[in-house]
Amino acid sequence: MPEQTKPILSVKNMSVQFPSLSGVVSAVRNLSFEVGREKVGIIGESGSGKSTTGRAIMRLQPATARVVADEMRFEDVDLLTASEAEMRAIRGSRISMILQDPKYSLNPVMTVGEQIAETVILHERLGRKAARERTLAMLERVNIRDPQRVFNLYPHEVSGGMGQRIMISMMLISSPSLIIADEPTSALDVTVRQQVLSILDDLISERNIGLIFISHDLNLVKSFCDRVIIMYAGRIVETIDASKLDQATHPYTRGLLEALPSLDHPRDRLEVLKRQASWAEA
Amino acid sequence: MSISQTSAIAPGRAKAALGALRKVAASFAVILTTLLGLLVITFVVGRMVPADPVIAVIGDQADHETYERVYKEMGLDQPLYVQFATYLGNVAHLDFGQSHVTKNAVSSDLARVFPATLELATLATLIGAGFGIPLGIISAVRKGTWVDHLARIVGLLGHSTPIFWLGTIVILVFYAKFGLIPGSGRLDVYNEGLVDGPTHSILVDAVLAGEWEVFGDALLHVAAPALILGYAAMAYLSRMSRSFMLEQLRQEYVLTAKAKGLGQRAIVWRHAFRNIRVQLLTIVALAYCGLLDGTVLIETVFAWPGLGQYLTSALFFADMNAVLGSVLLIGIISIAINLLSDLTYRFLDPRTR
Amino acid sequence: MRQARLHKAYVLWLSLIANPLAFAGFLVVVGLVLVATFAPLLANHDPILQDLTMALKPPSAVNWFGTDEFGRDVYSRLVYGARTTLYISVLVTVIVAPIGFAIGATAGYLGGWVDVVLMRITDIFLSFPSLVLALAFSAALGPGIENAVIAIALTVWPPIARLARAETLTFRAADFVVAAELQGAGMGRILFRHIVPLCAPSIIIRLTLNMSSVILTAAGLGFLGLGAQPPMPEWGAMAASGRQYLLDAWWLTTVPGIAILLVSLAFNLLGDGLRDIMDPRNA
Repeated sequence: MPEQTKPILSVKNMSVQFPSLSGVVSAVRNLSFEVGREKVGIIGESGSGKSTTGRAIMRLQPATARVVADEMRFEDVDLLTASEAEMRAIRGSRISMILQDPKYSLNPVMTVGEQIAETVILHERLGRKAARERTLAMLERVNIRDPQRVFNLYPHEVSGGMGQRIMISMMLISSPSLIIADEPTSALDVTVRQQVLSILDDLISERNIGLIFISHDLNLVKSFCDRVIIMYAGRIVETIDASKLDQATHPYTRGLLEALPSLDHPRDRLEVLKRQASWAEA
Repeated sequence: MSISQTSAIAPGRAKAALGALRKVAASFAVILTTLLGLLVITFVVGRMVPADPVIAVIGDQADHETYERVYKEMGLDQPLYVQFATYLGNVAHLDFGQSHVTKNAVSSDLARVFPATLELATLATLIGAGFGIPLGIISAVRKGTWVDHLARIVGLLGHSTPIFWLGTIVILVFYAKFGLIPGSGRLDVYNEGLVDGPTHSILVDAVLAGEWEVFGDALLHVAAPALILGYAAMAYLSRMSRSFMLEQLRQEYVLTAKAKGLGQRAIVWRHAFRNIRVQLLTIVALAYCGLLDGTVLIETVFAWPGLGQYLTSALFFADMNAVLGSVLLIGIISIAINLLSDLTYRFLDPRTR
Repeated sequence: MRQARLHKAYVLWLSLIANPLAFAGFLVVVGLVLVATFAPLLANHDPILQDLTMALKPPSAVNWFGTDEFGRDVYSRLVYGARTTLYISVLVTVIVAPIGFAIGATAGYLGGWVDVVLMRITDIFLSFPSLVLALAFSAALGPGIENAVIAIALTVWPPIARLARAETLTFRAADFVVAAELQGAGMGRILFRHIVPLCAPSIIIRLTLNMSSVILTAAGLGFLGLGAQPPMPEWGAMAASGRQYLLDAWWLTTVPGIAILLVSLAFNLLGDGLRDIMDPRNA
């Protein structure tokens, strides 16, 4: 399957630097990875640079930050040299991003329908009516029962789980080929998480597209993703198939695994993660 | 999950509507107490005046008997709370007493001078909002650039300039030196009395009557005071809209909008601006109230025959009924404007609807 | 604790120097204080002595900013006028800061109906345009500088009270306050020992920003003849008296107006800079 192996995104030696008064601080250093038509998890502690990585791919890093790399290629686009106008045409239509908490990531004073329709009006030049039809169909696709009614609701009138399904419709309606999901379920109740994840999973495999799944939840990534990238202090320490995670060799990954409670192997006392300065250098 | 949501929302809506109604009722209660407080203040101020109110009416030549009679007539022998109740009753009938200077009822004086002030303050607010809000938003979007710095300096200057002084300097330069503007009043003498329309705003009435010459003359007269007041309002409005917009641009939904591929213009005007509309409305209302302050000074400088000039000349002649009537009117207008912005707020913001 | 405060003041000083506009404002304010203090040394004429033979003389080597309609030296009156301005603004601040804090902190600390009543009163005062309220009070109290101070103070305290209340509310449930309560500290002690030091910075910034509106209101009252009474030199009244001679003696109105503008701008720049330093989000 050559189609399957050709990467959608390939990043070589990417760093994100923040110039500050006391010199340049790098939030992410020398990152190299590829994403194909698969679900790639990026896992790390808070501050390990995983969200920064996701934003840098879409060139949405903070204004003060600088992204440098040997290569950043998305399909036929060179992300390093693409103009801002080209980037705008890509965002939302070919690469999309799902953010953590729909309570904050949806515009509180626009109806959800309006916000979803905006994406197709922008990228596919649809009229209002056609955009509405597409939105209703998309809402149905994420298992919303009464799309006509939900279309006219404001974000504060929907639950967190529904909010995140609305976010997914907004970001997938223009059929992008790469989704970056930044902790898409960590703001949700445990009971709704699985539901949102399975909707996301269905859409990804149905459309045969790539997903970067940023999370701090090792168990979740292990069961949801195909491959896992483990980050520590702005670097990749290990990349491994999710199914082989238990055989990981890097001491940091081992440490993370051992710090997890498990029903199969109950232990009296969980390991405490021991960090080594050398992991951050490599 | 979605079933339980559908059924949960319907009674939620009814509850929300009831809550909104309760909030509106509460804000009316707040308005009523504020109004009462206002009346207490004007009443107390009226009693604080060191000059004897009886002598102000009958003059210091009157004999003791007349004094006693008038003293009783004015109800000054009654306990304070009775006097206050009488005062409330009078105000409710729009009776603010008689002006010692004009010999008219204060209420009819106020009705005569108020339209001029309304015209000036409204025009100034329009100028202030029209320039100030875009300026504030642009400087938030272009934060840290020369536009931002310039806007900041313009705004701070507007905050710091004594408005009566600026008016005087404008008269000195543009009227006395260059003769570009008329120095005082609303109209030239030969244009006076030509229009007498329904609104008492000369600008609007002249348009309604098709008197374009009068309109041009009135516009020339109102330009300088309105621009000066508008500048003060602009200074305030641009600073406030800048900080509102900065606050919005930090929100996460802005990142969502960027991730959707929207350009800066759509993000600022379609997404962020919609979120600050309500706040802007509130500060425009506040600016309008603040302008009533400015009109007192600027009307004196430009001899604009409005409420401000009426108030200052009443102050000069210690005409307390006229002073208190004017102050009360300004207070009531402020409350009304705030109530209006509060109600519009509930209507415009989906979260409070 | 003292050392920590000293260090904080030092850091504040460094950030102030790094912000040129705020520092310029700071220098002008210091200049105002110096001019007011050393007015007798700086003035080269008696500010009150009239000499009608010298009336309305344009600026010259003898009278740097000319003379007024009574032949008094405008420069010397300007210098002494700094005292009036400083007197009014300091006195208003001294009156308003404790009253505003006491009302706001009590409302925030006690909550309940006390809060409702106090905040209602605050809102009533806030609903008036401030100059109009000050006008009404000084009309009732009669003209004069002390009455102007009282009238202005009555319009300035409400925003301070609101701020103090908001700040108190954020600290009300803090552990250290609860701990002090458990140790049996009374309300007065808690407010003064614990809340005051925490609220002080934001209240100081607000007072600094307010200073310019105090100065402008004072000048406005002076302009309308309700502030300082002649022959005391006051910038607003000086600008007002010059209006009658506007065409012949431009300096009479221009000079005191620029002085008011400069000082008011300085306080705005200083307050703005202080706020940026304390709350960098708006910078």
